[in-house]
Formats: sequence, structure tokens, C-alpha cells
Amino acid sequence: MEWANQLCENRQFGSKMTDSKYFTTTKKGEIFELKAELNSDKKEKKKEAVKKVIASMTVGKDVSALFPDVVNCMQTDNLELKKLVYLYLMNYAKSQPDMAIMAVNTFVKDCEDANPLIRALAVRTMGCIRVDKITEYLCEPLRKCLKDEDPYVRKTAAVCVAKLHDINAQLVEDQGFLDTLKDLISDSNPMVVANAVAALSEIAESHPNSNLLDLNPQSINKLLTALNECTEWGQIFILDCLANYTPRDDRESQSICERVTPRLSHANSAVVLSAVKVLMKFMEMLPKDLDYYSTLLKKLAPPLVTLLSAEPELQYVALRNINLIVQKRPEILKHEMKVFFVKYNDPIYVKLEKLDIMIRLASQANIAQVLAELKEYATEVDVDFVRKAVRAIGRCAIKVEQSAERCVSTLLDLIQTKVNYVVQEAIVVIKDIFRKYPNKYESVIATLCENLDSLDEPEARAAMIWIVGEYAERIDNADELLESFLEGFHDESTQVQLQLLTAIVKLFLKKPTETQELVQQVLSLATQDSDNPDLRDRGYIYWRLLSTDPVAAKEVVLAEKPLISEETDLIEPTLLEELICHIGTLASVYHKPPSAFVEGSRGVMHKRLPARTGSGESTESPDVGTAAGGSAPEAAPSIIPSQGDLLGDLLNLDMAPPTTSGPPPPTTGMQMGGMDLLGGGLDSLLGGDIGGSPAMGAGFGAAPAVMPASLNAPVGGGLGDLFDLGGVGMPMGAYIPPKIVWLPAMKAKGLEISGTFARRAGVIQMELILTNKAMSVMTDFAIQFNRNSFGLAPAGPLQVLTPLGPNQTIEVSLPLSTVGPVMKMDPLNNLQVAVKNNIDVFYFSCQYPISMLFVEDGKMERQVFLATWKDIPNDNESQFQIKDCHLNSDAASSKLQGSNIFTIAKRTVEGQDMLYMSIKLSNGIWVLAELRVQAGNSNYTISLKCRAPEVSQCVFQCYEAVLKN
Amino acid sequence: MIGGLFIYNHKGEVLISRVYRDDIGRNAVDAFRVNVIHARQQVRSPVTNIARTSFFHVKRSNIWLAAVTKQNVNAAMVFEFLYKMCDVMTAYFGKISEENIKNNFVLIYELLDEILDFGYPQNSETGALKTFITQTGIKSQSKEEQSQITSQVTGQIGWRREGIKYRRNELFLDVLESVNLLMSPQGQVLSAHVSGRVVMKSYLSGMPECKFGMNDKIVIDKQGKGGEGATGQSIAIDDCTFHQCVRLSKFDAERSISFIPPDGECELMRYRTTKDIILPFRVIPLVREVGRTKLEVKVVIKSNFKPSLLAQKIEVRIPTPLNTSGVQVICMKGKAKYKASENAIVWKIKRMAGMKESQISAEIELLPTNDKKKWARPPISMNFEVPFAPSGLKVRYLKVFEPKLNYSDHDVIKWVRYIGRSGIYETRC
Repeated sequence: MEWANQLCENRQFGSKMTDSKYFTTTKKGEIFELKAELNSDKKEKKKEAVKKVIASMTVGKDVSALFPDVVNCMQTDNLELKKLVYLYLMNYAKSQPDMAIMAVNTFVKDCEDANPLIRALAVRTMGCIRVDKITEYLCEPLRKCLKDEDPYVRKTAAVCVAKLHDINAQLVEDQGFLDTLKDLISDSNPMVVANAVAALSEIAESHPNSNLLDLNPQSINKLLTALNECTEWGQIFILDCLANYTPRDDRESQSICERVTPRLSHANSAVVLSAVKVLMKFMEMLPKDLDYYSTLLKKLAPPLVTLLSAEPELQYVALRNINLIVQKRPEILKHEMKVFFVKYNDPIYVKLEKLDIMIRLASQANIAQVLAELKEYATEVDVDFVRKAVRAIGRCAIKVEQSAERCVSTLLDLIQTKVNYVVQEAIVVIKDIFRKYPNKYESVIATLCENLDSLDEPEARAAMIWIVGEYAERIDNADELLESFLEGFHDESTQVQLQLLTAIVKLFLKKPTETQELVQQVLSLATQDSDNPDLRDRGYIYWRLLSTDPVAAKEVVLAEKPLISEETDLIEPTLLEELICHIGTLASVYHKPPSAFVEGSRGVMHKRLPARTGSGESTESPDVGTAAGGSAPEAAPSIIPSQGDLLGDLLNLDMAPPTTSGPPPPTTGMQMGGMDLLGGGLDSLLGGDIGGSPAMGAGFGAAPAVMPASLNAPVGGGLGDLFDLGGVGMPMGAYIPPKIVWLPAMKAKGLEISGTFARRAGVIQMELILTNKAMSVMTDFAIQFNRNSFGLAPAGPLQVLTPLGPNQTIEVSLPLSTVGPVMKMDPLNNLQVAVKNNIDVFYFSCQYPISMLFVEDGKMERQVFLATWKDIPNDNESQFQIKDCHLNSDAASSKLQGSNIFTIAKRTVEGQDMLYMSIKLSNGIWVLAELRVQAGNSNYTISLKCRAPEVSQCVFQCYEAVLKN
Repeated sequence: MIGGLFIYNHKGEVLISRVYRDDIGRNAVDAFRVNVIHARQQVRSPVTNIARTSFFHVKRSNIWLAAVTKQNVNAAMVFEFLYKMCDVMTAYFGKISEENIKNNFVLIYELLDEILDFGYPQNSETGALKTFITQTGIKSQSKEEQSQITSQVTGQIGWRREGIKYRRNELFLDVLESVNLLMSPQGQVLSAHVSGRVVMKSYLSGMPECKFGMNDKIVIDKQGKGGEGATGQSIAIDDCTFHQCVRLSKFDAERSISFIPPDGECELMRYRTTKDIILPFRVIPLVREVGRTKLEVKVVIKSNFKPSLLAQKIEVRIPTPLNTSGVQVICMKGKAKYKASENAIVWKIKRMAGMKESQISAEIELLPTNDKKKWARPPISMNFEVPFAPSGLKVRYLKVFEPKLNYSDHDVIKWVRYIGRSGIYETRC
């Protein structure tokens, strides 16, 4: 209340009596006084008193004791007074539920008032009072108001439904308010439509599976019409809702885009950003060769640039979003570098964001300008900004090779300034430049060494130590330099300690004679005096290596390092896609999915971009469509028949198994032919074809066959084809979907991954084809899965032992276990995979047929089946149709058995075969099925019952896939 | 959606607090005060997340406005709303200050109740709001008046009420441009753009249908094909945005700007151009370091427009190092002063005609310091006002039709004015 007192003083100067006087009631016994005033007969006095009460409420004082007195003032025809009382009610009703009921009568009466403003006010306020008893009384007035003749009342009532839903969702459903709300989407008044859309969107968010916002071409059309007419805020609600819709095809997508683009010229930045969101999302579905596609791309740039002339806070939101857009579609803003130049007076948060985008847009064409700017920024005041600018110079050097030399000389200039943090930052980035361009800029090492003393941050110290170790042979006093660090070894951070250990070992391997003592010193420091396990282990490894085989040590420690990648800080692709769906929202500002910062059920639903092909598969690779001419349906580029695949593997088994030390040199398949024909070949042969032999299966799983194939071996390919033909006569095995491209080469710096899943002899296999479409050799492959619905995890490492040369292809099969960590995915059978190689880490996601998880002992006893079928509630039953399937019931049954779907009983009723089947998933979930096959009818009906009904959809998909292939 | 809205004074005391959602508690008020207002460091982001609650804030003079939410709201919308809120308050009671907010707290609550329902922004056009939210208490309204209010607030034309009458139909158009420049010391244009606004003040009766035309290159080129037009120059507009009264789909299809304006003042359009900008002034800096304790600065400015026109309020700001101990200035025109508190020499010229040139030279004496860090040399900035549009924009017409009332386009008195101001007009030295 300090300011209230202060205000009192101010008032001595001012003569005007204004509302601020209400803030000055601080004396004791005021509640008592207020009570008297509230019960006064004079209207003016009453109003004054209520104002005082509200003022006290605002500053956080408890005035709930006055509840009955304030509520008594409610019955008035003075609208201003009424509003104040309502404000009070909203605040305190919850703490005084019994007394709040006193107000109900007035509310109900007001809802019938002749004045629409009062009707709306009553229904608006009533919705804000979260007291169950009041809510009950709210229903009838609300129902009337939803159908009120006045649009102002209707638009208020629409929001009120959302309020009520927040208090009591069940009540809203029971009372049928949701249907009324849906009807309001067709209202004649645009603002009513907008509010109804907003309310429905919010309600739908807490019911992710409900089909509340039943968006279809008709309702979309209505929304688009309302879009032209409603207020700026209404336009935002509608656009945000539109963004959740998935058009049926590219035509519809284009027509929506055409109707949304005019919004890009709206003065309200939020309207513009929401329109951008709709366009970015729907663009995914447009074929890239379409003229309209490129027109749209061109139309997006100017409004995005215009956002940068908004107020700084909005600029910040816009920049965070542009950062995403630039990563998703760099072509949109590639010519707009200049607008991201930092202005001297920009707030720091705008500066940092602009800098980030500048680096992303840097290219050979604009690098000179960018560098000139960055150099300018490196002399500014804000430490964070300067550091980022220095780091940016380094990133430019790595990204644009032509500029590397200029960048290095700029960095050297900056080091000359001797500003401590600038020097440190520069050294960290120079280390990366050395790695990117080996043997080019080492002449600057001398300059760097001069600054050794001024480094006090771990990252900079570690970088410097790395440089000294790496180039020990060129630095005369390398041993002295490293020794100087050694003195305070235990005070250093782990990062520095590890780096120092490695650097000294490197030094020793290069100059063994002079540094023996030093290396012993560091090894004992690391292994004996340290309690950091990482450091100790690394110490021991070096020690053993050095003592047993110095030559091997040399090969390991001084091995050629993989190149570092150009782009850093890229957002992982699946997250990026999700964030694109959230443009304009907080998620896009935080660069985090909503689930990371929103509590409860809201925002848990993951949004995804629509796939260009329209099929659920391969959302990751919208670019695949281009090669196949745009809207080609189901473009799965490398389809290999499942049987032939197996034989192909057999033929290619002649590759190197894991042999002795060191990676073997790159080699073609033919040279090594026949080395291990028996070993791997038999395993695979037995494992693949003689199902139901657990011992063999296990053996297979434990020693995964490595089957790298080589495209350079034409003979092998030819034989493969031959065997393909023979594959027809093979016994029926489990269904294996054709291989599709999971990770297109252009998204993974030249690495293309396609693959499929198979279950062979009880072991789930992920079968991958890795193709190197880049110019350089790829090595060091590794794979990891994100947590997924069924705990799939690699059972062993990814066995790619030979480096993968340019244009080489390798086939690998990776055994999977189902004991990994579990997290429910959407869709259920989604699997997020990270593949690492020497270049970078790449992410993709794929979907596995759930039939991979059907275990061999999935045949249920008849009795158990009957009992279970009855036991599972009917709500859990789902029915599906399988169309155009021309198998008879027996053929279907045996085909399904191949995929561990077991027929338990068969019944024929009126020419209809009923097959009862059971399936057991690897996590123990049972699925029971009834398949109806009618002779002469190619449509099957299938009913699935399961205690976990969410798997039904996936199981059905398997049925369809198995039966049709 | 927005869960609550708080207004604080500079000390962090709450002046207004309105909570819309149950998930926002009173402690949110304190969380923002403690973590943002009382935080001693500079604001690093306008969006702050404290314990899973997100705060959006803007500052007007020393008043903080903060919107709070726990959901994944449309962030751009929240900021747009906060700005709108400021506009509405300014329209009602003038400057946003602690005093004014306290004096009008009842009004503010009433406004907040109206323009934000359950955290969803509703109609926030002051024109419409003023018809039924008044400071003087509610007038008794007839039934017709009431339904007129509600249909206006929710209707298609929420920004204008019916039945407006003027004896003299008059309109004023202001083309206000701010020209921005960043130039290298060598005189190379690093970036330049004009951001312009067309502000319209109209006093027109009824529901006038207006059509606005300017020398937009796309329109002129289209007409040029027909044989006429093409006289005078046209300009390439990079992008433009419009007041919500302008029919956007019509602009998108035909590039014509048609609308029914709100009564009184509105910002009809904003636009941005980057091509063929007339830079009204050129600044040529020369900074020479004479030893460690002296700087010599010479700055020439050249005006670059028709000699018949006059630029006004010219101000050149030459930054000086922090360790400046004394400055001697000589200038040919205007007045120049060293302002120690601002670390700059400020050179003011009242008027300057086109195609002229003027010069200032200064000697700056420095205290010797042992600070190793070099002086960052901030850019020389300039302010001015010129009576033309640096983008080259020309208003071609503004036609008014009012089908119901009997006044025609010729009866409307129209005024057009062009003002070009400096935005961020900087030359590095």
C-alpha cells in the first residue's frame, strides 16, 4: 500500500477528486465503515463503497467479509455498479459458495433482461463463477442465450460454453451444449462464428480423440467465408483452427491456400503469422512442380520481412518463428539477408535472434556482407551478443569454404583486441575450423599460444589444449605448454582434464623421447588421484594401449578424424515439423513442444505436417514425391519382393564378418567373396525359413549376420534376380512389407536409408539399406531408438564394419528386442530412429507393422478364448472392413498363421465362414478377432476385441497388409 | 488463452489485476514481480517462463503490462492484444501512467471485462467501445440504440456506427514515411528501406464507400498496357498491410484498396519499400585518432532533394568516447554542442534547402586510460523531416461514394500531405 500513501501526498497538490482516492483506504476498521456505506440508502454512496472494495481487492487485500453486503448491491439498474459487483463476485464466489447462491436469482433475471448488453453481461459473469451450485442454474439461461436473437448475446454465450466445460465437462456434454455450439459455426454473424470456433477448439484440445471439430470441406468453407468478415481476433481463432485441418488432396489444399493468402496483408501480426502457419502446413501437400507452389513461396517472404518492423516484442516472436521457417524452407528468405542485420538500438533479445538467422542464411553469395556485419558486432558492448557474433564468424568459415580464409583473419584481428571473452570465444571456434580444414591454417597457432594465459573458461582451455596436442609436432614448446596446465590438474573441469590427458598422450606418441615423464605424470593423475570414472577409464585405456602396443595406440589416438558438419544447432526434424504446426504460439517461441511446458491433457497431442502423398507412411520424406513427378501415389522407390530379399541376403553373405583389429580398407564385395559362406549363410537360411525353431532363432539373434551388399558387384545382382524368380515356390512366411525410403539422402547429407521390418524365427529384424550418395566415405555407423510404444530397442550394435564409399550400398539387418523403455507414440507403431555416422546424427521416424510383435505362442485355448471374448467389454470391440480380398477362408487362415495370427475355430453360418483368431503381442497383450468371409463377396468383416483397444487399428492394418500381399 | 492480466507500476506494485482462468493464482502476480520487475539485469526476453507459467510483458513509460497463461497460446496474438490494450487506454484517458491508471481503474476493469472474455480477445475498436463503455456512467438507451450497439460490436463493420452526419464532408490523408539507412564509412549503402503509413482522418456522413489509389507499380503497369497512365513514376512496394476495414480479398485479387473507413482517425495502410529510395541526406564522416588522447572528427552532410524544398529539424548526433574530457566544435551552420551525459556531440540545424552541404569539425580530447578495450565507435545518427515521401509514393486518388446520402465525390474536401522523417538513419564511422 506504499504507493497508496504516496498517492495521498500527491493528492494534496492535485485538486481533482478522482477514482484514485479509493486506493487510499488504509486505516483500521475500514471493513466496518465500508459495510455501513454499502448498506447506505444513497446510491452514490453505495457505488463509492463498492469502488473502494474493488480497489482493496486489486492490491490483494481480503475483503471477502463484505460478501453479503456487496451482493445486496447487485439489484440495481445502474450498469456500472452492476459490473463492479459482478467483478467482486467472480473473485470471491469460490471462497463463499453458500452465499454466492444469493446472487443466482439476479443472474437468472438479468438473463431475461430486455437490454442485450445486460443479458450478455449476466451470462458472461455467471460462467466465471466456479461454484457447482451456480453452474446448475446456469444451464437454462445459457441454453436460451445460445439461441438469443441478438448476436452480441450469442457470441458471449458461445464463450460461456467453454467456461462451463472447464468447470464441469460432463455437464456440458449431457446438456447437449456441444451440439448447439457446433450449430453456431453456421451462424450468420461472423463474430459468433469466431467465438464458437475458439470455444470448440479449446474443448477439443482436452478431448484429443473426440471428433468435436468435425472439419470437412463444407465447414471449412463456412470458416473461410467468416474469415473475411470478422474482427482481427476472430480471424486468428479461425486461422488457428484451420491449421488443424488436413485437406483431402492437393486441390483442396491449394484452394484453401488461395483463400488464406490475402490475410498476409493484415495489419495484425498475429493474423499474418497464423496465416503463415496454415500456408506452411498446407504447402506440404502441394506438388513442387506446380506453378502455384512457387508463387506461394514468393508471397511468403514480404510479410515475414514486414513483421520485423513491428514493435520489438512482436519482432522477437516473429524472429523465433522465422528461425523455424528458415530451417524448414530456406528458399523463402534466402535473398533477404539484409533485413536481419542488427540495428544498434535493437533490444538484446532481438539482436541475438537476428544473429542466429543470419548464420542460417549465410551463403557464398552474401558471405562478404555477413562477415563485415559480424565483425562490427564483435565490437559491441553486450557480452553474450559479442560472444555469439564471434562464434558466428567461425560458423561462417565452416559453412562457406570460400570465406574460411577471411574468417580466420577476422578472428585473428579479434584476438588482437585482447578482450578476454572475445579471445576465448575465438579460440573455441578456431579449433573447429582446424578440424574442418586440416593442414590449412595452422600457421596461426603461434598467435593462439600467446594468449594461453588469458584463458579462464573451461571450453576455451579445452580447445586450446586440443590444438596444442593435435599440432604438437609444430609447436616447439608443446610439452612446456601442456605441463603448465598440469600443475592445477585437479582444479580443472572434467572437460579440460579429459582434453589434457588426450593431448599429452598425443604429444607422447609424436615426441616419445622428451615427454615420457610428462605422460606418466598425467596417467597417474588421471588413474590414481581422480575419482571421476570417465577420466579414470580413459586413463587406463591409454595406459594399457601404450604399454601393450604403441603402434596400435598410435593408430587409435592419432587416427584421422571425421570431418565436422556444416550446420549446427539444427532442430531435430520431427520436432521441427511439430513446431511448424505451432507457428505463432508459445511453442514456437520456446522451440519446445507444448507438452514440455503445458500441464495436464492439453497440448499432449502431437501435431504433424500432412504427407504429400496422402498416405500415412513416410511423413518424413515429403521430398520423395518430386522424383516420381509430384503427386505420384505411394512412392516407395526401392521395392524389393520379400522372398527375393531373403535370397539376395544369402547371395551377399560373402562379405567380411567381424575380423581382427582395425577397420578394413574399403573393398568391393567380389574380392572377399566366399569367405564365410557357410557361417552366416546357414544361419540366415535356417533362421528365415524354418519358423518355430527357437534355438536357431536365438542363435541367429545373438550373432547377427552382417550382410553388406555392394552395388559394384554386378554378378551378385544378376544372381539375385535369378533367385527372385525361384522365390515363388518358397513356403509361406511372415508378411514383410516392401522397403521404403525412411531417410532421403538430401536430408541426411547424402546418406539414404530405406528399410523394412521382418520377424524371422521369433526375432524382430530391422532390415536396412544404407546408401552413400555423398562424395565422401562414411564410417562409424551407430543406431539408437527413441522410446516407443512397445519398447523396441536394438539388440546389438549396427554392424557396418566396412566404410561406406561414395555410391556404395550396404544391407544390414539389425535384431531388435522388446525390452527397451516404453513410451506411447502416436501413431502407436511409430518409431523414431537416430542414425549416426562420422558426418552427423540424423533422425527419422518410421512405422513398423505391428505384426512384427505377434509372438509364436499366440494360440489361445478354445475355452480361454470364449471366456476372454465374453470378458472384454463390448466397448472395446471395433469393426473394420477389408475390401477386395479374394482368398477363401482357409487360404486366409494359413496366410495369417504365417504372421502368427492363429485360427482357433471356424464356424459356417448361412454360407458365411466365421474364423476366430487370437494374437499375442510381445508385451503380453492379447487381441481376439472374428473374421467373416462370405463366399463370392470380396469384402471381409473383421471384429477385434482387446483390453487395450488402441492397438486395434494397427492390428487391422496388419490384417489388411497380410491378406493383400 | 490468456489466463490473467496484470498492470504494475515501476516498483512492481499491482495497479490492476484481472484473472480469467482458474489455473492462474494470486502467486502469479508475485512471481512476475520478483523474477522480472525486480530482477536486476536487463530484460533478456519479453516472454518469461516461471514454474510452467508464461508471462508476456510490454512496458509503457514505467508501467508494466503482463499477460499470463499456462497454455500454449498464440504468442503473437497476446502481444498484439497488449498493444491494443494500450491503444484503448490511451484513447480513453490519455497517457498511460500510474496516476491515470489509478484514476480510471473502474473503467479499466470494465474495458477488460468487455475486450477479453475468458482470455479471448473480443472487439477492441475504440470507436465501437466508446458507444457503450463511458466514463460518465451508463446513459439510458432506447431499444434501437441498444441493438445498434450490439450489431455494431459484433457486425461486419465493427469499426463504424451508422447515422454519422457532418455538414462539411472532409478528409485528410497523411503519407508519413520513415526512411531508414545504414551506410558504411565509405558511403556504401548497407541497407535502406522506407516504412510508410497512410493515415486517414475522415469526417464523412453515412457509410461512405472509399477507394484509394496510389502510384503502385503493379497497378500502373497493368493500366499502362491499356495505353494511358505511365506518366510520372511508379514505385515498387515490397509489402503492405492494411487496417481491418480494407477488403483484403479484393486487394489480393485486383490490388484495389476499397473500404468503409472508421470515423475520425485511422491508420489505413502500412507499407515498406526498398527500391529507388531518395535518401534525403548523405553523411560523410572522417574520424582521425591523433595519438592516444585526441580525436579529430569532421562530418559533412549533403542534402539531396529539390532545391525548392526545405528540410526541418535536422539533428546530427556524433558519438564520443566515454573518456572524453573536452570538445571544441566549429560548424558552418546551426548549433552544435557536446553533451557529456549523452556521450555525443549534437548538431542542430533548423532548416536546410535541397542540394546544399554543410560541415562540422570537432576536436575531442581524451583522458588517457589503461582500458585495453577499444572504443566501439557507434554510428553517427541523423534526424530530420522533409516535405516529400522518400519512397516516391504519390496518392493518385481517394474516391468517396455514399449511395444513400446525396453527396458526391466532388463535394468532399480532401487534403493530402507528405512527411518524410528519419527512422534509424545511421552512418558508421
